[in-house]
Order: sequence, then C-alpha cells, then structure tokens
Amino acid sequence: MMGVINMAHGEFIMCGAYVTVGLVHGGLPLPLAQLCGVIAAGLVGVLVEMTIVRRFYKRPLDSLLATWGLSLVVTQGMLILVGSSLAGIGTPEGSFKVGEYSFSTYRLVLFGGAIAALAVIYFIFMRTRFGVHARATMQNPQMAQALGVKVGRVYAISFGIGAALAGFCGALYAPTMTLIPTMGATFIVESFVTVVVGGANVLLGTAPAGALLAIIRTSLNAWEGQIIGQIGMLIAVILIIRILPEGVSGFLTRRQR
Amino acid sequence: MSTEPVLSVSGLWANYGATPILQGVNMNVAKGEIVGLIGRNGVGKTTTLRCLIGLLSAKSGAIRVLGHDMAGQPSDAFARLGIGYIPQGREVFPRMTVAENLAVGELIGGPAGKKLYDFVYQYFPRLKERSQQLAGTMSGGEQQQLAIGRALIGNPSLMLLDEPSEGIQPSIVQMICEVLKSIRRELGTTILLVEQNLDTILAISERCYVMEKGRIVNEIEKGMVTANSVRSHLSI
Repeated sequence: MMGVINMAHGEFIMCGAYVTVGLVHGGLPLPLAQLCGVIAAGLVGVLVEMTIVRRFYKRPLDSLLATWGLSLVVTQGMLILVGSSLAGIGTPEGSFKVGEYSFSTYRLVLFGGAIAALAVIYFIFMRTRFGVHARATMQNPQMAQALGVKVGRVYAISFGIGAALAGFCGALYAPTMTLIPTMGATFIVESFVTVVVGGANVLLGTAPAGALLAIIRTSLNAWEGQIIGQIGMLIAVILIIRILPEGVSGFLTRRQR
Repeated sequence: MSTEPVLSVSGLWANYGATPILQGVNMNVAKGEIVGLIGRNGVGKTTTLRCLIGLLSAKSGAIRVLGHDMAGQPSDAFARLGIGYIPQGREVFPRMTVAENLAVGELIGGPAGKKLYDFVYQYFPRLKERSQQLAGTMSGGEQQQLAIGRALIGNPSLMLLDEPSEGIQPSIVQMICEVLKSIRRELGTTILLVEQNLDTILAISERCYVMEKGRIVNEIEKGMVTANSVRSHLSI
C-alpha cells in the first residue's frame, strides 16, 4: 500500500537472527537477546526507509531493484565480515509428546510467537492513535497530511515496524537453524507467495493464506520429502492465483457481502 | 485580538506543471468573517484553497496565517497551526469508522488546542449515531457532515471549504449553512468558502471575492451580496 516492494526484507530477518546469536554468544540470556534482535532490526528498518526507500514511494519496480541491490550488498558484506556461517546456539531444551510423536517445546514458542505478532500488529493498527494516522495515510496521504499527519514520519515508523517484525522472525528462528548470510532468501520466497496469495487484507488474507500453504507444504514434506513439498506449494500458489485473482482476502470479503 | 488578519495573501502565483494557474492572487480575511470565493469554472478557486492548506506550493507570493509566514511549509504545518480544510468531494477516509475519521482531525490546532467532540456531536447528531460505521458506506450528505466535523474537531481558527453544497440534497445544504453560521457565532471561527451555488453563497457569505483567470478581479462588499451582484459573476 506504500507502493514499494521490499526485496531486502529477508535481510531484516538475518539482522534479527545475527544480533540474537551474537548477543547469546556474548553471554546474554536468549529472550533478552531476541528482544535486542527485534529492536535492532526495527531501527535498521527506519534507517533504510529514511536513506533509500523514501525515494521510491509509488514506484514499485524501481523500489524492487533498489532493495534487491541492498539485499545483495548486505548478504555479500556479511559474508566478507562474519564469514560463511556463524556458530549456532542450539534449540532450548524441553519437549512434549502428542500421542507417539515428540516435539520440541520451542516449536510451541514459535507457534505462540506468530500468533502474538499478529495480535500486536492488530492492536497497533486498529487501537492506537498511531494506527489511525497510519491507516488514514495509506488511504489518502494528501488528505491525512492536510489534517496535520506528518506522513513522512508515519511511513518511516510503519516501515520500521515491518522490519522489526522480520527481525522478530529471525530472532525466534535463530536457535533452530544454521546462520548463513543468505538465510533471508530462504524465507523471502515463502513470504512473497503468501502475500500474493493472501491479497489486500492482512488479517483476512495473509494469515489464512499462510496457514493454507503451510498445511499443503508440510503434508507433502511428510509424504514425499522437501523437494516435492516445495514444488507442490508453488503449484498450489499458481492454481490459487488462477482461480482467485484477488487472493484469499478478495474471496473472503466477496463472500461476506 | 490583534489587528492582523487571520489570512492574508499577496501576489500568489502557482502552477500545475508548466501551466500558470494563479497569477497574483491578493486577499485579506479578518477574524470571524465568512467570505465567499466565487467565479466561473477553471479560474483557480480550488487551486487557491490548495495553496492555502499547503497541498500545492506557491511559486511566489506570500501567505500569512495568524501572523505566521507559511509559504513553502508542508501541509501538516498549516493544519497544526489551526486550519481546517474540507476538500471538494469530501475525501473522508472510506475504510475507517466515523470516530476514527474524527480522531485524525484532532491534530488540527496542535496538541495543546481544545478538542470539540461535544460541539461536533451536538450539531451533527448523525455522526454520533453512526460513530462506528465505515465512512465509505455513508451517503454524500453524511460524508460532508463528517468532513466538516473532522475539520472542526480541533477548533480551527480558519476553515476552508471547497464547494460544500456540491452533490448534496438541498435540505442538508441548508442545515450545513446553519451549522457554519453557528460555528462562527459560538467559536468565532473564520470561514473561507469556494462555492458555485447561488443559494448557498447568499445564505452565508458576508463578502465575496470574484476570481477570473487566476486573479481576484472584483470584491463584493459587505451588504452588497445580492442575487444580482453574485449571478453576474457565476457561470451563465
């Protein structure tokens, strides 16, 4: 809605993950390190908005190129500075059983984290003063400004919140995966297709789309392995877009009427 | 208060692209006045208002509001100084509730100014009834009331209205005119409105500026605003 496509979003995920892992290596407890990871990603997001993204509003294709370039610079820069991988920190202990299957407790934390993130975003945008100003700005920037909204600041903070969310993702996942500079790219494909399949409305579209694609993918993973899972998910995306060009939210909101 | 007019414009030039639209507009509006800005289509009335709220930056000339030199300032600075803008076509935020639309208007006049929820709800009871309804689902007349309420909530010193009667049924227009007069009487608000509708102009304007080809070419003095004097300056 801001008219930018951010290809560097994966690098905010990396930022959150690297800050978390670095601080844990430095002796900080995991939750505190994760909080710092989120804040760091958010601040970097605001900085990126003010220096680069700000110049590309309403120019989606140009913004795609610019942020992709930024993404390449950052991943290669990290490769030179930190090396090809960072020692992991290990998933926190603890597991529980459902029937005969055993799961790590930390998986539940991830699950809860995702739902909490949705709840927090909903609260920020629907219940706070900033949220009202942000939605007004997305719907009609000129009129919002003519009523006194500092739209530049709203854009910077919104972008920062998006970056902080990506950082939150990285911070949560940091203990479960090997950290490599290109780790953001592994998320970006899934996020991109989820957003496309979801359509315009985040709560009614992106969240259900994410759940739907996750179910398709993990069941195919369990059945025939990772590669079939990936292929199956992408085929499902093609089919959904063919049948529902407005995405899941377009479908749901049309049904409501 | 001071002798300084609420609004003073001199030698205002403004372009759309390379086309000059305003070619030296001069006007003064004193505190508590209701002034009409009239003229045929395409003479620059809307452009003038857009300059006065900072949505279009002037190429040259001075805009003084409440003694502040505002030329070149961003639009939000105009609003925070205490200007309430009601644009042509209302431009309410369609996918936000009535209450949320009003909340955005609280920024007008800055954080220190008082906010007039009771006043707005008293004059536009419809907005209170519908406070949780999405603004985009309301009728044109209700949206116009919302646009005025949204600009009024922050107790503006100056209200700028662009064709408030356009596309709205006569009974609502009449009601809006009455409310605007009450606003001026009770709050001392200065009002500048662009209007083409003869009845609306006669109902509320005390004085009129007549625009032609990007300039103010005539002024209808206080007490001289009559059907004949106004009609001769409107579209035939």
